[in-house]
Amino acid sequence: MLEGLQWLSCYLTTGKHMGFYVSFGTVLLLLAITAPVALGFGFGAAMLSRARIAPISWIGKGYIAAVRGVPDIAFFLFFVIALDQGIEWLLHQARCPEWTDPIRQGNDFVVCDIAKMPLGTSPQWIHETYGFALAVLTFAIVFGAFAGNVLYGAMNSVPRGQIETAEAYGMTHRQAFWRILVPQMWVYALPGLSNLWMVLIKATPLLFLLGVEDIVYWARELGGSKMARFTDYPHGDWRMWYFLVLLVFYLAFTRVSEIVLARITTKLSHGQATVGGEAQRKAA
Amino acid sequence: MSCWETVQKYAFQSIGYGERVLPRTDITLCDQFTLIGSGMIMNLYFGLLAVSFGFLFANALAMAKFSGGPVTRKAAEWFIFLFRGSPLFIQFFFAYFLFLNLKGVSPVFGPLSAAWLGALVVLFLNTAAYSGEIFYGALLSIPRGDMESADAYGFSGWKKFRKITWPTMMRLAWPAYTNEAIFLFHATTLVFFSGFPVWRQQGDALYYAKYIADKTFNPFVPYPILAGYFILLTLVVIWIFGVANKRLNRHLPQAKRPKIRYRPKMIR
Repeated sequence: MLEGLQWLSCYLTTGKHMGFYVSFGTVLLLLAITAPVALGFGFGAAMLSRARIAPISWIGKGYIAAVRGVPDIAFFLFFVIALDQGIEWLLHQARCPEWTDPIRQGNDFVVCDIAKMPLGTSPQWIHETYGFALAVLTFAIVFGAFAGNVLYGAMNSVPRGQIETAEAYGMTHRQAFWRILVPQMWVYALPGLSNLWMVLIKATPLLFLLGVEDIVYWARELGGSKMARFTDYPHGDWRMWYFLVLLVFYLAFTRVSEIVLARITTKLSHGQATVGGEAQRKAA
Repeated sequence: MSCWETVQKYAFQSIGYGERVLPRTDITLCDQFTLIGSGMIMNLYFGLLAVSFGFLFANALAMAKFSGGPVTRKAAEWFIFLFRGSPLFIQFFFAYFLFLNLKGVSPVFGPLSAAWLGALVVLFLNTAAYSGEIFYGALLSIPRGDMESADAYGFSGWKKFRKITWPTMMRLAWPAYTNEAIFLFHATTLVFFSGFPVWRQQGDALYYAKYIADKTFNPFVPYPILAGYFILLTLVVIWIFGVANKRLNRHLPQAKRPKIRYRPKMIR
């Protein structure tokens, strides 16, 4: 029998624990993909909102308002099913045009076999990747609206004189936007975006609700009490300790983010006509 | 079955009156409105109690962080960091398993592992931390002139705090605090998705919405209903806090009163 530290070191390196450690990577991967995609969505929404043609700006504003107005996780639960059914419906229209039965039969959602996403015959990893991709898309749609709101505000915060000067120099609307407005808006967007990043970090446990095998899933799985009959490493209910580890992980992650974001703020404020920039100028 | 009968059957399902068994088949629109509305009672219960108690504790936290001794200040800072730096979802899970372990130690802690008390405690501590930080920020941004005038008029100690510092702090913090209250109500939907078990199918609004969506394979009805209820709730909260905001700023001319703007920030 193994004792003490030796037992622990063996216990912590079982195959299932490797899955647990990998799932931390899943969370980081989700963040790494979602953050830029959401920023892109947000940028698009902000650009649409600024459009001079009213119906186009309504699309951007409508998207931002609709997502921001509705509570929390309801959106996460809703979007995943809605996206899944939407994709299957589109595939169904494309691949099975001769299908005559209604798709919604009472309480069932029925599409033809080759319109199933992913196909019933696909290997397991495709199912997992598809689930993860849906999760990323859901996160991006929701956080894109919030980023859109921040960026829209930031674009409006760039002093009017900057754009007027650009126009006085003969730049077109497009040139003024890309060369003057976009480079300057980041310092105004940063407080909002850093806040959003913090919220995004803290939203990652919701992956669990979307059916991805993330850290919450593994913490519940590994922490539950194990009988000697089923495992070489029996133990009582340790879920509390596993969730303590998650708690510490998130605390450390947000702390590090705070420090990094503070540095970026200092960097971006350099030479800007803001209070922060002014303070730097005086200190130098 | 008429809609009124459904209402009689399910209106108080979430708090254990009426029919025990949820509808399985032929879920009508009326069923959905009634059940999800019934779940809103739970959300209201968690939200109202957590906000009320959280408000008191948040004041204490802000004071401790602002003017406490070195020990109380550090304690308040750590408390606020602990609850603001980690996801509420994980806090719920951790607290639930912690309470389960405590239950094993002594039966006194038994009720804590049930949602009605355990989740309430977590929500209370969580909102206290967020609001405490808001109040602390407001304390820091009280105009220096206000304090100097108070000194000039001979205010000091408790009287100065009660008549000048605290009202000014509230006035400055109120718009942000309104939003905090709204998010807390939204956050109550997490309770039954995070360890705390649903007892006899007495859940909150999201629990019923998910139940219906799972049973009917159709998310396009229950979730919009849920969203509708929450938008209503949000409007009511904004209205109530708006009245308080008016009272806090009653000495200011109409145009100068700070407006409350809804700034949603989603999950905490």
